[in-house]
Amino acid sequence: MFGLHSIKLPHFSAAGEQTSRRINPPKVVYISMAQHIGVPCEPLVAKGDYVRLGQKIGDSDAFMSAPVHASVSGTVRDIIDVVSPNGRLCKTVVIDSDNRMQLDPSVKQPQINCREDFIKAIRESGAVGLGGAGFPTHVKLAYDRDKVEIDTLLINAAECEPYITSDYRELMENSDAVLGGIKMIMKNLEIPRAIIGIESDKPEAIEKFRKMTAPSPAIKVAVLRSSYPQGAEKMLIYKLTGRVVKEGKLPSDVGCMVMNASTAGFIHSYIRTGMPLVKRRITIDGNTVNAPANFFVAVGTPLHDVVACASVRKQPDKVILGGPMMGTCAFDPDTPISKTNNAVLLFAEAPVYTESPCIRCGRCIQACPVNLMPTELEHAYDERNEARLTKLKVNLCMNCGSCSYVCPAKRPLAEKNQLAKDLLRRQADKNRK
Amino acid sequence: MSKLIVEPSPHIKSSWTTQKIMLNVIIALCPVLLAAIILFGVRALTLTVLCSTCCVLFEWLFCRITKKDSTISDLSAVVTGMLLAFNLPVEIPEYMAVIGCFAAIVVVKMLFGGIGQNFANPAATARIVLMISFASAMTKWSVPFYYTGEVDAVVSATPLQASASQLPSLMDMFLGVRAGCVGETCILAILIGGSFLIVRGIITPVTPVAYIGTVALLSLLTGSSNEEMLYEIMSGGLFLGAFFMATDYSTTPLTIWGKLIFAVGCGILTFLIRQFADLPEGVSYSILLMNILTPYIDKISMPRAFGAARDKREAKK
Repeated sequence: MFGLHSIKLPHFSAAGEQTSRRINPPKVVYISMAQHIGVPCEPLVAKGDYVRLGQKIGDSDAFMSAPVHASVSGTVRDIIDVVSPNGRLCKTVVIDSDNRMQLDPSVKQPQINCREDFIKAIRESGAVGLGGAGFPTHVKLAYDRDKVEIDTLLINAAECEPYITSDYRELMENSDAVLGGIKMIMKNLEIPRAIIGIESDKPEAIEKFRKMTAPSPAIKVAVLRSSYPQGAEKMLIYKLTGRVVKEGKLPSDVGCMVMNASTAGFIHSYIRTGMPLVKRRITIDGNTVNAPANFFVAVGTPLHDVVACASVRKQPDKVILGGPMMGTCAFDPDTPISKTNNAVLLFAEAPVYTESPCIRCGRCIQACPVNLMPTELEHAYDERNEARLTKLKVNLCMNCGSCSYVCPAKRPLAEKNQLAKDLLRRQADKNRK
Repeated sequence: MSKLIVEPSPHIKSSWTTQKIMLNVIIALCPVLLAAIILFGVRALTLTVLCSTCCVLFEWLFCRITKKDSTISDLSAVVTGMLLAFNLPVEIPEYMAVIGCFAAIVVVKMLFGGIGQNFANPAATARIVLMISFASAMTKWSVPFYYTGEVDAVVSATPLQASASQLPSLMDMFLGVRAGCVGETCILAILIGGSFLIVRGIITPVTPVAYIGTVALLSLLTGSSNEEMLYEIMSGGLFLGAFFMATDYSTTPLTIWGKLIFAVGCGILTFLIRQFADLPEGVSYSILLMNILTPYIDKISMPRAFGAARDKREAKK
C-alpha cells in the first residue's frame, strides 16, 4: 500500500565469505557472438585461424552491439550454430586453446582525451552490463547530451538474489577498481554525483565504501533494505532518488544512469590495462555444492568444466545460469559461460512443486514490486483476453518471479506473464502487417 | 549431468502452501473451540467434529461423483466445518447441522467450482440457510455452563435481544459467559486466534479492525454510550465474523483497499440490520451481501501499476 512491495527471501550466501579463486584454463572455449542485448556480432575469424588472448573475434556495425574477444590463445576449430539457453540460435566460435595464453598486440592501454574517446574505448572493450541483462555499456554512456541531462550515476551493488555474491566479492576484492571506474565515468561524462546502493546484509562492503568515499563528497553510499528485488533497475532508481521511470521510458529520461558495480570495476581495469572483457567472476553454489565460492572463469568456458571445478555431493540434475529467481536453466552441459553469467547454481533433487487452485489469498498482489495483479493476469491469459492483459499492464512485468515465489498454490504466475507478453507482442506484430 | 531439468524461473518457492495456511487457520480456531468446550460442554466439541467430518465427507463425495481429483487434503473443508459449528447453537439437532454442512460444501462451495471459486462464504451462507429453514432451533441459545446442571435456564435470549436488566457484565461478555452460538461468545479466545493469524501474516488486521471499528463508530454516532457500544460490538457473531469469516480469501476482495471497503460495508450493513431489521443477527447477512459485491470492489480497487502511463483520457486533461 505504501512504497514499493518487496519480498523476503532466504539468504544462502556462503560463497560470499570465500576469496575468489581461479579455475584451470579450459582446453576449448565456445564463444558466442550474442553475449548482449541487441544485434549479435559477426565472426571476424575463420576456421583454422590462430587467435591470441584479447583479440577481437566478433563485431557488428550496429550501434546496439558490443564486440567479442578471444578468451584464450589457440586455433579456431570451427564456427558453429549453437542454441543458447534463451532459445536463440547464435553463431559460436570454437577455439582449441594452446594453453599458452599468448597476448594479442592490440591489448594496450587506450588513449583517452575526451568523452568520445572514452565511449569508443568502452565499446572496444566489449563491456556489457555484468549484472545479468547484458546491455552494451557504451550505448548507455553515449546518451544524447542535447536531449537528456544525466545528473546521477547509480551503482547497483544490491545483489538481491539469493546465492549470488559475485558483485559482493568484486566490492570486497576489487574496491579500488570499482571506485576508480565510478570516478572515470563521472569525470568523462561530467556526471556530478554518484550513489552506490548496497543492501544492508553486506555491512563490510558498506563500511569499506563509506571509508573510501569519505574524501569525495560527490559519491555517496546508500544502504538498501535487504529484500527482493532491490536491484531491479526501476526499483533501484526509485529507492535511491525517488524518481519514477514511466512506462516505456529509460533511466536517462529521469537523469539517471544505472551501472552494475562489477561493470564499473571492469571499466577501470580496461582503461588501465586494455584487457577486454574475456573473463568474469561467477558464483558457484547450489544445494549439491560442498564448498560454495566465486571463481574467475574465461568467457566461453563450457559448463562441465565449471562443474568439474566445484566439489559436488551429487551430480546436479538442474543447472541454473544466474540466480534462483530470474536465472535460466541450462539444458546442455556444453553451454558456455557468457559475459552476463553471474552465477552457476547446481542443484540435485530440487523440490517439485504441485500446482493447486488459486485461493485468492492476494499474496501475489502484495508481492509484486510494480503493483500488478498476477492472479488476475493469469485469468486474463488463460482466456487469451488481450484487451484485459493490456489494461492490467502485463508489459510492466519484469519477470522478477516474486508472485510465483509467494504463491501458496504454486501457480506459474511469472511464467504466465511471460507468455502473456509474448502473446501481446505477436498480436502487435500481426496488426502491423 | 547428461540429462538436465529445464524449468522456468523462479526456481525456489516459499514454504507456504494452501494446506499450511488452512492448518494455521485451524490452529487459530482452537482457542475458540477450547473456550466453547468450557462454556457449553463436550457437546461443543462433538458438534464441531461432526460438522468438520461431514464437510470433508461431502467434499470427498462430491469430487468422487463428479470424477475430480479429491481436494480434501487442502484442509479447507475442515475450516468450513469448524466455522459452521461455531455459528450454531450448541443444542441444535444433529441432522440440521448435517444439512448445514451440505449447504456449505456442496451448494455454496463445490457447485461453484470448489476452493477459491465460490463467491459466498460457505459457513455464513449455511448459517443463513439454517436460520431460514429452522428458525426456532437456530435461535434456542443455551446459557453457558448449562451442562453442569447448576444453571436453570437452558434457553435464553442473546444480549442483542435482552432487556437491560438481563445483561451480563462487560467482563462476562468478553470472556463469553453469555448465551449465543458455540464459537461466537468468547471474545478473548477469538482475539487470541485472530492475533495468531495476523502475526502469521495469514490475514491483514485491516478487515477486523475496519469491520468492528465501523460498527463501534456507528453505534457511538447514533447516541450510544461507550458501554452500550462495547455491548454492541461484543454481542452476536461480530468478532467471530470479523476475524474468521470476513477475512476468507475466496469471497473477499484481493487488495488492501478492497478489503477496507469490504469491511466498512460489512460494518454498515451489520449495524443497519441490527438497528432496523427484524432479524436476531446481522453479521452473516452483511458478509454474504458484501461477498456478492466483491467482484465490483475488486474492480474499483485495482492498484495502479508502478510507472504506468496514465490512460489516454486522463492524459488529455
